[in-house]
Amino acid sequence: MPTKIEKDSVSGRDTTGHEWDGIKELDTPLPKWWIYTFYSSIAVAFVLFLLYPSIPYGPGYWHGLLGYSPRKAVDAEVAKLQAERKVSMDKIATLSFDQIKADPALLEVALTKGKITFEENCQACHGAGGSGHPGFPALAAGSWLWGGKLTDIQRTVTHGIRSGDPAAHTSAMPPFGELGLLKPEQIQQVADFVWSKFYGHVTEGQDVSAGAALFAQNCAPCHGADGQGNRLVGAPRLNSRIHLYGDAREIIVSQVTKPRMGVMPNWNARLDPATIKCVTLYVHSLGGGE
Amino acid sequence: MSRISKTDSRLREHQDAVAHDLYANRVKVYPKTVRGPMRRIKWAVLIACLAVYYVLPWVRWYRGPNQPGQAVLLDISTERFYFFNLELWPQDIWLLAGLLILGAVLLFLVTSLVGRVWCGYTCPQTVWTDLFMWIEKEIEGDRNERMARDAAPLTADTIWKKTLKHGIWLAIAFWTGGAWIMYYTDAPTVAVDFWTGSAATPVYFFTGLFTLTTYLLAGWAREQVCTYMCPWPRFQSAMLDDQSFTVTYQAWRGEPRARGKRVEGGPQRGDCVDCGMCVAACPTGIDIRDGIQLECINCGLCMDACDHVMARTGQAKGLITWDTLARQAAKKAGKKEPIRILRPRTMIYLTAMTAAVIVMSTALMMRSTLGLSVQRDRAPLFVMLADGSLRNGYTVKISNKTQTNAPYDLSITGLPGAKMVVAEGDPKPQTVLRVLGSSDGVETLRVLVTARPAELSNGAQPVDFILRDTATGAQTVYHSTFMGPAGYAGGR
Ligand code: SF4
Ligand code: SF4
Repeated sequence: MPTKIEKDSVSGRDTTGHEWDGIKELDTPLPKWWIYTFYSSIAVAFVLFLLYPSIPYGPGYWHGLLGYSPRKAVDAEVAKLQAERKVSMDKIATLSFDQIKADPALLEVALTKGKITFEENCQACHGAGGSGHPGFPALAAGSWLWGGKLTDIQRTVTHGIRSGDPAAHTSAMPPFGELGLLKPEQIQQVADFVWSKFYGHVTEGQDVSAGAALFAQNCAPCHGADGQGNRLVGAPRLNSRIHLYGDAREIIVSQVTKPRMGVMPNWNARLDPATIKCVTLYVHSLGGGE
Repeated sequence: MSRISKTDSRLREHQDAVAHDLYANRVKVYPKTVRGPMRRIKWAVLIACLAVYYVLPWVRWYRGPNQPGQAVLLDISTERFYFFNLELWPQDIWLLAGLLILGAVLLFLVTSLVGRVWCGYTCPQTVWTDLFMWIEKEIEGDRNERMARDAAPLTADTIWKKTLKHGIWLAIAFWTGGAWIMYYTDAPTVAVDFWTGSAATPVYFFTGLFTLTTYLLAGWAREQVCTYMCPWPRFQSAMLDDQSFTVTYQAWRGEPRARGKRVEGGPQRGDCVDCGMCVAACPTGIDIRDGIQLECINCGLCMDACDHVMARTGQAKGLITWDTLARQAAKKAGKKEPIRILRPRTMIYLTAMTAAVIVMSTALMMRSTLGLSVQRDRAPLFVMLADGSLRNGYTVKISNKTQTNAPYDLSITGLPGAKMVVAEGDPKPQTVLRVLGSSDGVETLRVLVTARPAELSNGAQPVDFILRDTATGAQTVYHSTFMGPAGYAGGR
């Protein structure tokens, strides 16, 4: 409460009675229009209450005289956006990869759509940016099992690998150890050969000629005489610094004995052809594309 | 001691009557026209400010084909600010911040030297209010006539004159709002589009908004903007000291004020004849003789008014004049006080200003028209290829802030044997990438760099991307890193 209302000697007016560090203030009334402005903003608030969704009651709420609904507004925005996107997606569906790449704006749309699709569907196995995981090829490094051209990638994504789709890539490596096609010591010899010749872990003075002969006889038909792999049957390249199941000798042994073979879903069950084209372009752009 | 004089009693009576109310009607101010040097300076500043404001958007400036031909243009849709031959991009926004800081410090300096001259002469509120008051005076007559008219019952003449006044006010307000919009779009185009109804909705909205605010603030609110709304009067006291020149009533000379002739041997009288001309002339309706006040905008019109009175009564001019509190106190004591312009306060403001000017002009001169920014991929950090070499991905942004397409060379140093390709571009690896930077645009490239560094003991190595304009030789460098597995040694 103001306690010390005084008369100011210069102006002859009252002070408010408040004091701050020796500073006193004259009791100056506010202009009336100021308070009228305040009242009218309160009135405007009530008008807005009436016009727009506002007061909740029991099971529902006041919908407002204008019938505005933020949910409907969002739906309309989304529909508008989808209509806009449809134009590009329709083009992507009909044009060839070369035609899409010739149109920078369309390519950007496709790569963006592809990136989002990849992150939602592919990244869990193939890693962010296609960096790969043991058993799941590094797409960015171009270690393709079934081919790295746009059309190859498109086919693999569409039909999958060992997926059950009639057009899926399918092949099987014989379980050499399990079926007794190779004896355990022969498997060790093959492993020694592959480990030093293709994986590059050379042990001085080691004789791998026995393994070489076994490799030529049993493995070269699919993996190639120089370990270059064969994409027709999805046989991985061996003469490489990166390996599907990892860079370790035990892995060679276990793969020859009883191989693991990966499965990839046929995405035509989940994605439309245009989206598959987008994700193909994105995978191709990661650096491994051919 | 009561110094309330009769002449300004109108305001005082009102204030006394409402002293205990929270709200009161505004006391309308009827400033009397004055003539004199301060008034002439005010007119000159007013004409200069308004001329710049209204004419500037119409000034043309050729920048090349398909480029905006307006000298001053803040183009929001393309995010460019054009100022004659300067073109700023959003990333240059700090220059604007610097300019605002400079403006603030300049305002501080001027205020500490000569008080609120910004308020009295150059503030848009003052300039437009002054213009509107002049129109009011030309139509309705001077102070006494206007007061009499407002007090008298409504006549046809009053209605006609008031309608005319508000009409002209609105026309000027409209012109003001329209000119504002022209700083944001091409002036001749918008001027035509506006009347053919084909301008964008925001154009109509903002023209309407600024028409309304100009009309209300300059026509109706006037001094109330300064007294109730503007923050500047509140903190100006932090810049003023007793060495600042402000419009001052020389109380040592004027008091005791009294009417009537000064006769020898008569009662002792000061130079103020208590005529009230200074109060009548004041556009904020205050009495300068009460000392320095929040409401005073330092316009000096009371000086002109009083100088006329002094001339008529045969006394020396300058009873109200520019002066400092320190000099006043000295004069009262019969001493002399030197003018002190250089004092710690002004020195600090001057230093801050000089520093800001130097920093900004250097930055402006060194501002490159060539921009390079490189962002390394986070996932994957690197990719090892079948032959054991390493590849890193980078998103490269190249901005060309000139009006011509520029041929650029992008190369990389610090990584012997490095080759680059653009993702989904030419698949042949290059040591130097050719990029055509389209005029006034940004190119975004995903560049894949493949190399086989001899060793990467801690898994990373600094590299530099170098962008060179092959036409001008200008170049810019961006520091980045190339990564691989720790302990990598050439991929065996
Ligand atoms: S007191 Fe004088 S200087 Fe201050 S606002 Fe009034 S006329 Fe202008
Ligand atoms: S105009 Fe000059 S003489 Fe007249 S009242 Fe004001 S200060 Fe006094």
